[in-house]
Amino acid sequence: MIPEILHFGDTGFGDELIVGALVTVEIAIYSLAIGLGLGLAAAGAKLSHSRILRGVAETYSLLIRGIPELLIILLVYYSGGAAIGALLEAFGYDGGFDFNKRLAGSLALGLIFGAFASEVFRGAFMAVPKGQIEAALAVGMTRRQVFLRVRFPQILRFALPGLGNLWMVLLKDTSLVSVIALDELMRETSVAAEATQRPFVFYLAATVIYLLLTVVSDIFRARLERHANRGIAGEAVSRPPAPRPA
Amino acid sequence: MLDLWIRYGDRLIDGALVTVKLVALACIIGLVLAIPLALARRSNRRWISVPAYLYIYFFRGTPLIVQLALLYYGLAQFEAVRESPFWIVLGDAEYCGLLGLTLNTTAYVAEILRGGIAAVPKGEVEAAEACGMSRVTVYRRIVLPRAFQIAWPAYGNEVILLLKGSALVSTITVYDLMGETRSVFSRGYDDTVYLYAAALYLILALAITGTFRLGERRMNRYLRASA
Repeated sequence: MIPEILHFGDTGFGDELIVGALVTVEIAIYSLAIGLGLGLAAAGAKLSHSRILRGVAETYSLLIRGIPELLIILLVYYSGGAAIGALLEAFGYDGGFDFNKRLAGSLALGLIFGAFASEVFRGAFMAVPKGQIEAALAVGMTRRQVFLRVRFPQILRFALPGLGNLWMVLLKDTSLVSVIALDELMRETSVAAEATQRPFVFYLAATVIYLLLTVVSDIFRARLERHANRGIAGEAVSRPPAPRPA
Repeated sequence: MLDLWIRYGDRLIDGALVTVKLVALACIIGLVLAIPLALARRSNRRWISVPAYLYIYFFRGTPLIVQLALLYYGLAQFEAVRESPFWIVLGDAEYCGLLGLTLNTTAYVAEILRGGIAAVPKGEVEAAEACGMSRVTVYRRIVLPRAFQIAWPAYGNEVILLLKGSALVSTITVYDLMGETRSVFSRGYDDTVYLYAAALYLILALAITGTFRLGERRMNRYLRASA
């Protein structure tokens, strides 16, 4: 059934593709962690009273929204790498700087995720009803308690569908880090395609693996949402018609 | 920094024109193809709705870069493809890039339109039916125009995403803005060329946003007139 070039071991590239897929998932998880942190920080900045913070966060979103993902990855890897190298030199370190590809790739994808996540978090923050905040204050909670007990848990619930969409986008965007020769699924696929001169088989195999990752994520996302909405009547399976983030 | 622009500025502009051409064509053809796809997706007949669902799931569930590679490098593997009349399109990087972008954006726009159609108020459809319009007329005069209006902002976002996605045609050797940029970079490893490219992409994105805002105002002008 499966052509020999896709077998595992020395005769085929099957194992290379699987390893590539694992790197893809690894990069996606790193990027998710970086992106969630950046997204929360940027959402906080957008909601803050400081004009400077708001300006910085809005500019960040605007830049990421208008620049292709591919270009952001190249910018982070080459320009970012050069900048860090120059900075290190300024501090008297002259060993040169070799930007770790996984770090650069995750950082770039995290930057992209964070810009869109900040909008999701901001929306979720504003979706928490005012009355609940007032009620919490009225029973004597401090601001901190209001945030931790009333606001934050609900922000997570409201943000979940949006973050789920962003995760799907992120998973697909990991394929772009192949341009800096990072050995994830897309890169392994094109290497195998070139080595065997059978590109169709390999790109089709990669397509199937990406589809599988999407399907698994979809199932996982639905479960997570059901879990988050378990206390709310009638919302057990909230599945909005997934728009792409903007 | 400026001498880089003096030396390679023309090439970047040429690339940007290719990008604009690809995005404009893909967005128009994609929109035309997305209408029947969205209607098929909403159909009650499963043999119509299931293929539409699978098409949309496939193109939204896999990365564009892989779709392009499959089209351009993958299909070229077969002798039969290389000797078929389709080779005029599939053998040319630019046509192939346009085809890939169009197929991809069609799936996304169909989903957006589906949302728009679902959001058309029931009462308007019932009123149209009560006036004696046939189903086709109801769709042509009421449902589709209203769905477009509702989906317009989301469609604008999709065009921005298409612009960004178009950078990927550089991976199948098209000399769009990204392709020219990477080629200039490979000559002297001067990364300021990326900054110029970023600026050009931002300008294009702002132009698209502006166009859609204007369109929105024009489309909703009847709402303002009475106010």
